[in-house]
Amino acid sequence: MDGAELDKAERGARFLPSGDTALTVELGERVDRSLSAAVIDLAARIDSADLAGIVEIVPTFRSLLVHYDPLLTTANALEGQITGLLAHPTAARQSGRRWRIPACYEADFAPDLDEVARRTGLSPAQVVEQHTAESYHVYMLGFLPGYPYMGDLPDAIQLPRRESPRIRVPAGSVAIATSLTAVYTIEGPAGWHLIGRTPVPFFDLRGAPPALLSPGDTVSFEATSRDAYDRLAAEVANGGFDAASLRAA
Amino acid sequence: MSATLDVIVPGSHTTVQDLGRVGYQALGIPVSGALDPVALRLLNGLVGNAPPTAVVEFLYQGPTLEVAVDSVRIAAAGCDIDVLGDPARRFPPWQSIRLTRGTRFRLGAMEKSACGYLAIEGGVALASVLGSQSTYTRGGFGGLEGRVLRSGDRLPLAQPAAEQRGEIRLAAAPDSKPPDRIRVVLGPQEAYFTDAAIDIFLSEPFAVTKEADRMGLRLEGPALAHARGYNIASDGVVTGAIQVPGSGHPIIMLADHQTTGGYPKIATVVSADLAAVGRLRPGDPIRFRAVSRVEAEAARRALESDIERRGRNTVPAVEGNGLNQAALYASNLVSGIVNATDWPSDGKR
Repeated sequence: MDGAELDKAERGARFLPSGDTALTVELGERVDRSLSAAVIDLAARIDSADLAGIVEIVPTFRSLLVHYDPLLTTANALEGQITGLLAHPTAARQSGRRWRIPACYEADFAPDLDEVARRTGLSPAQVVEQHTAESYHVYMLGFLPGYPYMGDLPDAIQLPRRESPRIRVPAGSVAIATSLTAVYTIEGPAGWHLIGRTPVPFFDLRGAPPALLSPGDTVSFEATSRDAYDRLAAEVANGGFDAASLRAA
Repeated sequence: MSATLDVIVPGSHTTVQDLGRVGYQALGIPVSGALDPVALRLLNGLVGNAPPTAVVEFLYQGPTLEVAVDSVRIAAAGCDIDVLGDPARRFPPWQSIRLTRGTRFRLGAMEKSACGYLAIEGGVALASVLGSQSTYTRGGFGGLEGRVLRSGDRLPLAQPAAEQRGEIRLAAAPDSKPPDRIRVVLGPQEAYFTDAAIDIFLSEPFAVTKEADRMGLRLEGPALAHARGYNIASDGVVTGAIQVPGSGHPIIMLADHQTTGGYPKIATVVSADLAAVGRLRPGDPIRFRAVSRVEAEAARRALESDIERRGRNTVPAVEGNGLNQAALYASNLVSGIVNATDWPSDGKR
């Protein structure tokens, strides 16, 4: 991603009203790596500009939601200030971290793997091969605390979401849907296809920050045996696990 | 000795809430906090707390609690406080009262509001999680063990006793009746809807369905037609955003809403009207009126002045038996008598 591309994304920026406590800065409408890079870059610049009245900034696939305190600033004032920042993109910031995440794709942990295989015309082993071959970009966190939207999946294993969501799936469930993959960070309902599980805590209140990943990080999955999964799960349970051990060079 | 309020009957969805967990939405962590932040701020003033202090919130049906501390000062919104025992006494909302150890009191059913509140002088002695004591039940953190209160819980209090003073009430309690029209700012995705859908949204009545909780209110009424499909690449969601999924029936996002969402948002409730929306109950009608963003910001400033004015304007409280306690003291009619609110009401003394 070079400065010219960032510049192009930012020239298309639009301000959309989100009431009187937030302002949407939209750089595009698609799920797209270059848009995402522009969003992450703009979020960092707004953050470091330290504008009065901004409460927090939420980067998403293709826009920023700037939450503000209407007693300290106005949306019109913020639009002017952010327009000033748009004119000066910083090029090619590569601050994202790289992670290797162990995941077990064995049947107990992968209730949808057979169906995904059937619908894509692959064997279950080939689905796993496809899922572990790619390096994924973390577009954004949302839906659940620490829940990472990552992409893009290889074309061969892209499927729409499940028609009926599950009411409750365990934390650590590795899931795919459309062009994206994710890990369910806490137990809860889930509409994506579950193809594996990781013992790595993606959300931990004791962590600083509590979310393992940040937008802009890169993630790849490594297939592990059930034994390796159990050993790592035990480490997590007894406090001996260090997330830094998953960082790749 | 521990200082607690003991839960005899938990009520419905009773949780600890403050003004929310601000600054973590980029990590996918909802803000949470009181559905009616105006009530929270005014009640805290009545019991001498800083306005953002955590309170107990309950939905539709309040809890019954027992004072397990030497004395405590409380105030409620949304319902009366029924002090149980002999004689039973009833105190209206929006006034402080002081209760002593062993007293049981019930926060009754609410008829006009979905949410009620109990403020406690000094607040609760619970850990702050990411800067807030608010309970986020779906994530299982904040408040008391990240969950709703249950029978047998002992809610730890930050203060072992409440000094005696004249009890006070708001001279002008906030209007619990919802405004005729809830004000909204159109957008961010009003372009995803037909012109006819926008007209219907701003002219027709809707009603709150039973699918109403701390995450949001699903409305029923005429379906709103999308002009450009109903899936968008997820973007940020602010409290009060009105998203319209494929059914065409809008959902107003409330305190525990997800930080991002993939449905187009036709409009956003102005922050000055969020408390009124938070109080809506299933079956309640709701109509919308569009205002500009500048008007919305002005409405919020007006609300702040209103809260400040109401909070400053307190008068001596009416006693549970209908007598004005402070007036009685002033005229020396009851010289020497123990403050009525100090009497344990369970007949132990």
